[in-house]
Amino acid sequence: MKDKLISTLSFAGFGWCVPVIRLTTGEDPNEQIRQIFLTIGVPVLTFGLFLLLWNGAASGVRTNLGTVPGPAQVVEQIRSLAQEHREERQKRTEFYARQAEKNKAQLAANPTEAVKVRKFTGRPTYLDQIFTSLRTVFTGFLIASLIAVPLGILCGMSKTLMTALNPLIQIFKPVSPVAWLPIVTMIVSAVYVVPREWMPKSYVISSITVALCCMWPSLINTAIGVKSIDKDYINVGRVLRLGFFSRVFRIVLPVSMPYIFAGLRISLGVGWVVLIASEMLSQNPGLGKFVWDEFQNGSSQSLARIMVAAFTIGLVGFVLDRIMIMLHQLVSYGQETH
Amino acid sequence: MAFLELNGVGKGYGSGSKRVEVLRDIDLHVEEGEFVAVLGFSGTGKTTLISLIAGLIEPDAGEILLRGKKVDGPGPGRGVVFQNYSLLPWLTARQNIGLAVDHLFSDWDADKRAAHIDQHLKMVNLAAAGSKLPKELSGGMRQRVSVARTLAMNPDILLLDEPLGALDALTRGSLQGEIARIWAQDKKTVVLITNDPDEAIFLADRIFPLTPAVDGEGATLGPEFGVENLPRPRDKKRLNENADYKHLRNRITKYFMDVRHEQRKNIRHEEVLLPDLRPVVWETA
Ligand SMILES: Nc1ncnc2c1ncn2[C@@H]1O[C@H](COP(=O)(O)OP(=O)(O)OP(=O)(O)O)[C@@H](O)[C@H]1O
Ligand SMILES: [Mg+2]
Repeated sequence: MKDKLISTLSFAGFGWCVPVIRLTTGEDPNEQIRQIFLTIGVPVLTFGLFLLLWNGAASGVRTNLGTVPGPAQVVEQIRSLAQEHREERQKRTEFYARQAEKNKAQLAANPTEAVKVRKFTGRPTYLDQIFTSLRTVFTGFLIASLIAVPLGILCGMSKTLMTALNPLIQIFKPVSPVAWLPIVTMIVSAVYVVPREWMPKSYVISSITVALCCMWPSLINTAIGVKSIDKDYINVGRVLRLGFFSRVFRIVLPVSMPYIFAGLRISLGVGWVVLIASEMLSQNPGLGKFVWDEFQNGSSQSLARIMVAAFTIGLVGFVLDRIMIMLHQLVSYGQETH
Repeated sequence: MAFLELNGVGKGYGSGSKRVEVLRDIDLHVEEGEFVAVLGFSGTGKTTLISLIAGLIEPDAGEILLRGKKVDGPGPGRGVVFQNYSLLPWLTARQNIGLAVDHLFSDWDADKRAAHIDQHLKMVNLAAAGSKLPKELSGGMRQRVSVARTLAMNPDILLLDEPLGALDALTRGSLQGEIARIWAQDKKTVVLITNDPDEAIFLADRIFPLTPAVDGEGATLGPEFGVENLPRPRDKKRLNENADYKHLRNRITKYFMDVRHEQRKNIRHEEVLLPDLRPVVWETA
């Protein structure tokens, strides 16, 4: 039971709380306390030190928006953003309640009347911005994966295709989102003329930009993974005379899964970093736009709010990475990871 | 016309100055139902020979005929047991065999295929281990799954590439017994690659030594050693007391010693001369 829990926790990236569990079951207390200090105490200490340094340094720098905010001001802004979120949600509930009541009254007076149902159009709250960003990054990541993985498999299986595509990959790989964005904007504006309501133009543009920037690690890793498959596995397929698709799905894909997921993990990380920049420039609602708006806004709280955004971006990126590591371990299960 | 014929087969790798000849002038005729062993040192080109027969690689010279038809690419009629098992690590023992069976016998119904897989798991004494992944199996068990997978393809000819090479002596011995038993059951044509003279004598009808390359010319098959006069089923223990067996074993050992000697002679002048001293060995009586 305990061992199972411990292995599950380590698998999910919570290896640091293993000593705590061991301690609660009374396993060699001295050693466990030493471990707790090393795995939990030390990081907490560094973080505390960082806060102290930040606090000290911040009050010394004056900008034209006042002094640089310290930890306290940032925490205050987190509170205020949460408060705004609650208020906005409250307004929405009230709006829909009022609308329902009004419509009911109208229907009671005249049952044949077509009542209007309007959508609440409040400001997006900070939480909404986070989810918009997540939606955009996942869309971009999905587009990238759907292109990169199949193409990577083909590249890994055919040396000719790899040689053919290599120059393009090498050239496009280092292009920054800031360069892609205007190009993508022009093309999307020309092609996607009548935007649907659920798919605004800015969302399409930032998703595609993210996809263009983050597909390369997956493409390259998949190709390398497929290329380095043990020849014996390929020979098994050849002796059985498996067709192309059976070969891909029954042999090539499973063997190269760990490589593919390692690539996808890097891709998602790149995508998240790139998204913020692309949102800033494309004015797609989301964390990037939040930062940009606060920067333009220039109120006394703006800097602290931008710092909240920076921490959020870091935290979300960290969580996404953990999820990808877990998926990677899941598919590497039963095979030696290379 | 023999069942399997190799006529003047040669194979090398690379080109230009990096060219390495591995095999040359291989002539081998195997009759249907015969058990032939190819015996050779490590790195002499045994796997290359098996891959050629399997159709996984093409010869540079000569031709390979199966039932009089030129071998052209691999096929399920030639079942290969690879040197390092090559079981797919994410599939259980059953699924590994199933991959072959489901693909080759897709016209059978599911029950018949399942029964076919069971039968072959049982044949190699692994009925209980069907749901295990390769990494949960011992080396010997993996090897048996690999053999079962190949047998389940119902091949016309079995190509065994050092199937027991990676196993300890005890497991080796018992698996040799199993291979002999399975072969006695349905008398498939078998080409066995091995580096163990005893294994070759125990299992084969005829043994061909693969003589290592001299002067970078590529290895080739030496004169055959017939084992037909050792009665089957052969028993390890009784074999050890059999005069024919001892005689044959000595001849084979001498052949390889001579080959080694010949090789040494050719490179003697390049070697640093060491004093002719021998370590003292305590004789245990
Ligand atoms: N694909 C290849 N490219 C270049 N050289 C190769 C290739 N495959 C094998 N060789 C060379 O051919 C020679 C024979 O290799 P092979 O694998 O057939 O030997 P083997 O007798 O099976 O050895 P072992 O007993 O270790 O399995 C070796 O010198 C090896 O380096
Ligand atoms: Mg070999």
